[in-house]
Amino acid sequence: MTARQPARVLGKAAGRLATMGPGFGFLAVFLLVPLALVLSYTVFRRGRFGGVVYEPTGENFARLADPLYLDVVIGSVKLAAITTLLALLLGYPTAYLIARLPARWKVVALVAVVLPFWTNFLIRTYAWIVLLNSEGPVNSGLEALGLGPVELLYTDGAIVAGLLYAYLPLMILPLYSAVERLDPELREASANLGARPARTFWSVTLPLSLPGVLTGCVFVFVPSLGNFVIPELLGGGRRIMVGNLVRDQFLKARDWPFGSVLALAVVAVLVALLFAQAWATRRAGRGA
Amino acid sequence: MTLISIDGVSRRFGEVTALDSVGLDIRQGEFFALLGPSGCGKTTLLRILAGFEQPDTGSVLLDGADLLAIPAHRRPVNLMFQSYALFPHMSVEKNVAYGLERERLPRAEIRERVGAVLETVGLTAQARRRPHELSGGQRQRVALARAVVKRPRLLLLDEPLSALDKQVRSEMQLELKRLQHEVGITFVVVTHDQEEAMSLADRIAVMNGGRVEQVDAPEDLYERPRTPFVAGFIGANNLFTGRVTGKGLEVDGLGVLPAPAGSEQGGTAMLAVRPERIRLGPVTAGEGVLRGRVVDVSFYGGVSHVALSVPGHDRAVLAATQGRARVEAGAEVAVSWDADDAALVTPPL
Repeated sequence: MTARQPARVLGKAAGRLATMGPGFGFLAVFLLVPLALVLSYTVFRRGRFGGVVYEPTGENFARLADPLYLDVVIGSVKLAAITTLLALLLGYPTAYLIARLPARWKVVALVAVVLPFWTNFLIRTYAWIVLLNSEGPVNSGLEALGLGPVELLYTDGAIVAGLLYAYLPLMILPLYSAVERLDPELREASANLGARPARTFWSVTLPLSLPGVLTGCVFVFVPSLGNFVIPELLGGGRRIMVGNLVRDQFLKARDWPFGSVLALAVVAVLVALLFAQAWATRRAGRGA
Repeated sequence: MTLISIDGVSRRFGEVTALDSVGLDIRQGEFFALLGPSGCGKTTLLRILAGFEQPDTGSVLLDGADLLAIPAHRRPVNLMFQSYALFPHMSVEKNVAYGLERERLPRAEIRERVGAVLETVGLTAQARRRPHELSGGQRQRVALARAVVKRPRLLLLDEPLSALDKQVRSEMQLELKRLQHEVGITFVVVTHDQEEAMSLADRIAVMNGGRVEQVDAPEDLYERPRTPFVAGFIGANNLFTGRVTGKGLEVDGLGVLPAPAGSEQGGTAMLAVRPERIRLGPVTAGEGVLRGRVVDVSFYGGVSHVALSVPGHDRAVLAATQGRARVEAGAEVAVSWDADDAALVTPPL
């Protein structure tokens, strides 16, 4: 019996490896290896025409403290945070209403939410240029009302609008699933105990949907922070976000080590966020 | 004194009639039960009382004032949900305090009342736990405490014992009755379980198909069912349908069966005889009103059930005897009962 046990344990491990293997291998090759490369680049000197020279140095990290780059990072975080907040304020009521629709209309509403994803992301972003430019329909409308023309395109506002448009569904979907899962009897119990609908929302619905709120915020904040297409197309290149900076270091400045440091900084912010989200979700969701 | 007066209340959901012109009076301080099979409308009626549902027609008065005009959150009516519906993100004491906080009572009073009610239900030690850290019975006590602490005029309980295992059930049953005596609140319990209703309630309304069949004290319901549904639903009964004559009930193929006097002669009626009222005897000439063969004997400890097949009757006749049955399967027996021990039910035709 005892003699057989190691063989059985080995067999079990082999079985597990066989099932987890392919997915694990894919992640190892295409996530961990690039990440390790980026990590290793950060400590070496830049090559003349890209690449790295394998001489250790600490100056790549030191450059991160340069106000020039720090401002870009802070500015990006600010725009991503504004986008996330607006997405939450717009997305929560939408998700809440969808969750309370009759089953048939729920499907229709959810399809409508993800419908924009069926069109190419660039085309949708170009559509915003058409909408917002000085002769576009929005400005014509404002002009007709005697309010315009206003400079809309190539502003921070345009960037936020574009990011919001792109990532709002990523806020609505997790919120929807969080609100949908709530037992409607909890709302009834709250009313039965004397709470007006607004009180029920603040004391019962919102706290219990907090995990969904946090997930939605991470889903919107993460790609907003890293996006470099929207700032370029709708911001006109006037506002440089972290995403642009990383790309430019690699492709234009040919400074791979510093590009890696910037990329690492973004990853660090996101990992910190994910930990915060996991911690808050566990706290909020205890017993839910 | 009437607390709740329900009159002509109907509610339809699409093609389904959940309530069909229901009328009921619930008295101040009584323990009232709404009893019926699932889909009989009892839950809809409960939701109307709580304010989660509005009837299509009819009126509900509380102390003579229109209850339907008051939104759910302002009604002096509290509900203990079947699922308990405890707030999972709040501790036991927060759950119980929630209703009092909505009344904007002073903190000291809230703390005092929450402490008192938790002591009543024996959960003082668990006050800071979350609902998922409690057992089923404890969760139910929290739900009960949360509803009672508001001191409502009317406390509704939706299937209060159904989720508990047998041991906790009987304990909780006693506790509910004790609590109702102590606080003097009118309790309305909704249940499909007749034992639950019989053991708890002062009066029971039996509902079926959206209608109220009969409202009576448990003993009267058991001994004098007034509709065929009640006769069949409450407890075990042997039912015979026939014509009322001067001597009893004349049933095709069985002859004249002993039945209490009082019904109009010539009419169709249903005779209900409780198994424990049936006597079994040896087959001798002239003994008994029916002859039967014992099909099955089951022993339940205190009582034994004897199932008999009676020629001319399509269902088995059930007899209950104290202790061990003195007959065996296959035996021929004479079946009899006293006319006054049976109940005559006139089916609405």
